[in-house]
Amino acid sequence: MWRRPFPWLIAIVALAFALIPYFGDDVQLRESLLLAAIYVILASNLNLMIGYAGYVNFGNIVFFGLGGYVCVYLVSEWSWPLLPAALAGGIFVSVLALLFGLGILRLRGAFFALATIGVSEAIKQLVTNFEPWGGATGIYLSLEAYTPLGGPMQALWTTYLLVIVVMAASLFLSYAIKNSKFGLGLLAIGQNEDAAATLGVPTPLYKSLVYSTSGFLPAVAGGLYFFKTGIIEPNSAFNLGLSVEAIVMVMLGGQGTIIGPAIGAFVYEEMRGILLTAESFSHFQLVIAGILLLVIVMFAPGGLVGLVHRRWPVTRRWLE
Amino acid sequence: MIVILASVIDGVLIGAVYGLAAMGLTLIWGVMKVINLAHGIIIVLGMFALYFLATGLGLPPYGAVPVVITLGFVLGVALYWIAVHRIIGQPELMSLLATFAVNMVLVGLGTALWSTSPYNVPVSLPGVSWRDYTFTGTHLMAALLAAVIAGLLYLLLYHTRVGKAIRAVAGNREAAELSGIPTTRILAAAFGLGVALAAVSGTLIATMFPFTVLSGEAYQLKSFVVTVLGGLGNPAGALLGGIALGLVEGLATPFMPVSWIPIIEFGLFVLCLIVFPRGIFALSKA
Amino acid sequence: MKRTILGMALAALLIGATPALADDALKIGFTVSQTGKLNNDSVAQMRGFELWRDQVNAAGGIKAGGKQNKVDFVTYDDESQNARVQQLYTRLIAQDKAQFLFSPYSSGLVASAAIVSEQYGKVMITTGAAEEKTYKLGNKNLFQIYSPAGQYLAGALLALKAKNPKAQIAFVYEDDPFSKAVAQAVRELAKRDGMTLALDESYSSGTTDFGPIINKVIASKADALLGGGHYADGATLARQLHDQKAGLKWVTLLVAPDSPNFATLGDAAVGISVPSQWEPQVKFKPDFGPTAEAFTKAFSDKFKIEPGYHAAGGFAAGLILQHAIEQAGSTEPAQVAAALNKMDVTTMFGRTKFSTEPKEHGLQIGHEMVLAQWQRKNGKLVKEVIWPNAAKTADIIY
Repeated sequence: MWRRPFPWLIAIVALAFALIPYFGDDVQLRESLLLAAIYVILASNLNLMIGYAGYVNFGNIVFFGLGGYVCVYLVSEWSWPLLPAALAGGIFVSVLALLFGLGILRLRGAFFALATIGVSEAIKQLVTNFEPWGGATGIYLSLEAYTPLGGPMQALWTTYLLVIVVMAASLFLSYAIKNSKFGLGLLAIGQNEDAAATLGVPTPLYKSLVYSTSGFLPAVAGGLYFFKTGIIEPNSAFNLGLSVEAIVMVMLGGQGTIIGPAIGAFVYEEMRGILLTAESFSHFQLVIAGILLLVIVMFAPGGLVGLVHRRWPVTRRWLE
Repeated sequence: MIVILASVIDGVLIGAVYGLAAMGLTLIWGVMKVINLAHGIIIVLGMFALYFLATGLGLPPYGAVPVVITLGFVLGVALYWIAVHRIIGQPELMSLLATFAVNMVLVGLGTALWSTSPYNVPVSLPGVSWRDYTFTGTHLMAALLAAVIAGLLYLLLYHTRVGKAIRAVAGNREAAELSGIPTTRILAAAFGLGVALAAVSGTLIATMFPFTVLSGEAYQLKSFVVTVLGGLGNPAGALLGGIALGLVEGLATPFMPVSWIPIIEFGLFVLCLIVFPRGIFALSKA
Repeated sequence: MKRTILGMALAALLIGATPALADDALKIGFTVSQTGKLNNDSVAQMRGFELWRDQVNAAGGIKAGGKQNKVDFVTYDDESQNARVQQLYTRLIAQDKAQFLFSPYSSGLVASAAIVSEQYGKVMITTGAAEEKTYKLGNKNLFQIYSPAGQYLAGALLALKAKNPKAQIAFVYEDDPFSKAVAQAVRELAKRDGMTLALDESYSSGTTDFGPIINKVIASKADALLGGGHYADGATLARQLHDQKAGLKWVTLLVAPDSPNFATLGDAAVGISVPSQWEPQVKFKPDFGPTAEAFTKAFSDKFKIEPGYHAAGGFAAGLILQHAIEQAGSTEPAQVAAALNKMDVTTMFGRTKFSTEPKEHGLQIGHEMVLAQWQRKNGKLVKEVIWPNAAKTADIIY
């Protein structure tokens, strides 16, 4: 266990997330942790693109939103059970990502980033005009949708546990990829794509794979999240601001590391939550968050994990 | 038939303003490879500047234009030193985040000060009427001023020493530094210029439409599209790109439900990035 | 390990950051959009709540269960976002132990809040939300103060029909849940009344320039325009219609013209009508609580600005809740809900009666909208009520 402590770390943390609110029957903590977990999922999977392959996916929220729509639609209109619907969302988005990837992954740097914004906004507008998915009004889940899971109260706990599972899966995925030949290839692409190609790394294939893979778990999470929220509409599903916040989380924690994005997501979300509910700050929470971000970008670009690694080099071995 | 022509002309007029708005964004990118995510809120600051100058101080609306350009430049230089200077040369992601942070701070302050209420500056100029359709005076004036400012920018970039320095730094910073150009100061100036352009476009927009603190978001997205159409880093292209976008909006409106137009815009955007990465106007240069 | 400790420390911090409150007060919880695009109207609504609370507490509190209950608010900023609404309402209920809830502002946020409030069986008075779908999902404890979306343009259509039954109508509305619901209802009404729609289109929420759409309106030779959406686009549409001399004889826009700020449009505002949940000039005779005039004066004195219907809705929500508690003689949710279900009263806001049909519980069925129009009076721009005839203060300008 001490040789490869990392996977155990993930399992313990996930268990803590799951069990602490459960045994305390602390709904409020559960709500906060759920939001934090969602952000961890978004950030971790985004890190596959940004931290490993070096491609900045600005429109990453489109995976989350589309997955949400597919799942909620299947549950609401076709009475599918939650888990298959969420998985269906994940598969749909992954396949779509593969197709889109063919087009935009040949772009580099800022061009790619801008293209992802374009894709995200275009899909948002398409969905807004798409009547079977409620158009601009969106889909409202009737309270009966929760009965197969034992009623709204029980359903919320179940959804929470499923989200924790997806979060653990995201972290394991990051870990598994990093320690594989695929991951090595991605990191090479991130360092210098042309050199990597010359050395025999199948860059187009790898890029498409990572783009598609990085969309699967966020899409599933989107399905679970919007099921819990009870309503999905284009503005909240394809919120570009959230996309950028996910990038912030990856940077805050430390891009390219496995645990970094997770820490970044957790810290960022908790910080915003605190600022939001503290009386004196609420008018200025956006300002404070912005200043904090600026300080981090300017003085600690390796993120929190980077700081820890520099200060205590021994952590490099087990805090990946 | 007539309605199409009217819409097209309207589109071109507003397109000139879109172009002006995008010029600042593309200039900053071209010179220092920074994507300014605070672009939208700066446009909004330009709008509020008009409001306070015109209604608060009683300045004639178009008189605010030079004032805003000056103030915008100063703000831009300040922002450069605060947020951008340390991250020049680092991966693009860093500048994205730094400018995003600036955006958060400014939007937060703006909301705290002005809430999200709509503000309006009533400006009326005689328009030009043709059959049933009117081209408002403010639209015409804004388009005219946009073209004039674009022209001034061109003169600055190609016929002054500062402009030459800016182009040199944009081309190759190290070489410019070696030739004795104080690159850091030029970068600050370029950033200031970009911000000034964004701000003044906001001022012109405010002469035509009411606005809120959040109005900048839509214009920022449009600026991205225009910048790509015209070619990243190419200010002249930005103006043409803006007009092209306005043209598309005007041309499409009579033929389809208006809510489909953003889909076309973004579709075009992505297509352009893939097929014409240097912008549609760079074809002749290639 | 480090991360778990970090997490627990932060969680403890989060829990510890709760403000302390008086224990025997009646706690009412809600969120306000202090930031984000709903900020303007949400704050107006909050001021309505606050004025009510101040008046109630000045009079000693709400009488129920043999004691005087002072009213205490617990509120947070929901950033105009659904995710926050759910997180915060859960906090209000589970941690702050709010006994009753007011809704956030806007139909979308209210739908999210409703899911949480329904789970915990908490009574929520919803205001600032006209979307009807929320009440059709099987709720038991929601009570809507506003007239539902379907009603919004009904009055405008009737008024228009009275002036010109053959009017060609252009329908131009924002692509968002509220405006679409309104549009749907009016489309059906127009068809039923035999009125012609010359144009029927929605525009996306991010639209900045209405020039091309207006050209389309002109091309359709419409006499009247109904639609709009929220503030920014309504104001822009009005201004451009004027600048482009669209020549319409009748323009009714949603929401935007209701704000006093609309007067800054000058000439562009004249003649524009707006369906309103309430106007300061209405002359309802309240069964309890202040008259519209008294409310308007108290509000203007306290906040230095005239109240619009968002504020009035907030105030009415408080009044209704107070009355229900007094009628029930207790603060038990079940009993208060029963009192609300039975209610059929008139306040400064108008008549209030909730539907008790299970499939649309809580829908407001007693309240009627009024139509207000901007007119020039002695050289100044004022809003006059022009419809229904029973409540009007001036004649229609066509």
